[in-house]
Amino acid sequence: MLELAEVLVNQVGFLSAVPIGLVSLALGLLAGIVVVTLVAVLGLIMVYMEMKISAHIQDRLGPMRTGGWHGWAQPIADGVKLLLKEDIIPAAADKGLFILAPLLVFSGTLAVFVCIPFGGSLIVSDLNIGIFYILAISSLGVLGILMAGWASNNKWSLLGAMRSAAQVVSYEIPVAMAFLSVIPLVGTLSTQELVAAQSGSLYHWFVFRNPFTFLAFILYFIASLAEVNRTPFDIPEAESELVAGYHTEYSGMRFSFFFVAEYAAMVAVSMVGAVVFLGGWQAPWGGSFPAGPIWMIGKGLLLVAVQMWIRWTLPRLRVDQLMFVGWKVLTPATFLCMLGSVVWHFAVPVWVQEISKVGLMGAMAVVLAFLLRSAAQGLMHGRTQRAQTAS
Amino acid sequence: MGSYFRNLYQSAASIWVGLNITLKHLFTPSITLEYPDERWQMPERARNQLFNDIDDCIGCDQCARACPVDCIYIECEKAGPDEDLGLTSKGTKKRLKVLRFDIDMGLCCYCGLCTYPCPTECLIMTPNYESSVYDRTDLVYRYARPWDYEKKPADAESADRK
Repeated sequence: MLELAEVLVNQVGFLSAVPIGLVSLALGLLAGIVVVTLVAVLGLIMVYMEMKISAHIQDRLGPMRTGGWHGWAQPIADGVKLLLKEDIIPAAADKGLFILAPLLVFSGTLAVFVCIPFGGSLIVSDLNIGIFYILAISSLGVLGILMAGWASNNKWSLLGAMRSAAQVVSYEIPVAMAFLSVIPLVGTLSTQELVAAQSGSLYHWFVFRNPFTFLAFILYFIASLAEVNRTPFDIPEAESELVAGYHTEYSGMRFSFFFVAEYAAMVAVSMVGAVVFLGGWQAPWGGSFPAGPIWMIGKGLLLVAVQMWIRWTLPRLRVDQLMFVGWKVLTPATFLCMLGSVVWHFAVPVWVQEISKVGLMGAMAVVLAFLLRSAAQGLMHGRTQRAQTAS
Repeated sequence: MGSYFRNLYQSAASIWVGLNITLKHLFTPSITLEYPDERWQMPERARNQLFNDIDDCIGCDQCARACPVDCIYIECEKAGPDEDLGLTSKGTKKRLKVLRFDIDMGLCCYCGLCTYPCPTECLIMTPNYESSVYDRTDLVYRYARPWDYEKKPADAESADRK
């Protein structure tokens, strides 16, 4: 912010009278407002996506009426409804913590966006320890969840909060280790420099850098699902076991804070994954045409769509299975990835590395082809069905 | 160790299969019909709401006796010796004045047993299934037209033609 403030002061004459610290602060506030708005709007878009994807996976239509075209206004209507609801605080709850918890969860998630670059200069703050900061600050949400569970004074909420804490503590390690298979290759923790190291085309993206980073991306994706409490790792709010987990006692606006925070966390981990592995705000063919934010948000939402797809495919894991996946599968595998990635980078001849890149992209193309085939089968199936009903 | 990797492989394989299935369904057009705007085409002989064509009804009471839930109420009166109630569309002579023919659709169980014994085939099940009402008493459908019999014998013929 300070550099930007200096540029602004140099460009605009009358600002030189104002102390530079104040300009920087005002710019920071402005950036904060922009980020909060962005997160809220992205949250609405994702709620709509979730409604529609879940509906169509189950051969339903989802909301179709609100707002006219395919129920586009449904998330807005839901938000307004939540705003208007009565604010209930249970009599036995710890009032202060109860009120603080949703705010803490939300701000913890929001703080991640500080380090997410939306373009060459579109970043709130390009910290030189960006990835480390993101890992640290995203754990703040757990504190809020624990706080919510404790303050609710309710056994289900407390159990949900404890589960959430256990889960996030377990899955922080694979997430960090998955990043560590990329970071030694670049030698930086700054998100902007990570993106710059992937400039060019998707040939230079870190997913395809070597087989170990490819694996690390998949492992990161799995671990990030657990970090944001998404199915199949949603035991903190397992509705069949815990009513709604830590937000059982919350209603109205406070509940919607948790809700928005969950969706914001989803897009945050997706965007971080996109920054580290998928070239950040750059287009697949290099450069950032037409605009960086479009690519950044697009990649984020694409990964979010995959998260939703997985949610509506897989059942929830048992607690012991969750711990098994976290400690006995993901953690050793990500350690292996880190080691393998570094060894590959320094010990394997360059021509092998180049071939492996092409090979990985080829493998990705084969996977996509199979998925496209499934999608086409779905479309064809629908067509024959309609032909049968018409006849 | 072998079972560990076999377990991993099996999980990955089943996730892959599952993801393909859900992706397929994501692109299968939904079978939902948006009800008030579109409706299922009912079969021609769908058995839903009952309808009685009172002009053909001879008041024989067979349907009311067949009804397992007793939701058909019929009251009749013998026609006088000089009264001619006319014929049904199939040529059966009407001998009884049907003063009351009520069907309580709130009780009806849609079994269709009442339609089989009807000698003049005037009691039928129609494809109409949209019979919600705001008042429960509106579910009692009254088919009889006792006022038709109060007219002069001379007018009876014109009422028949209607």
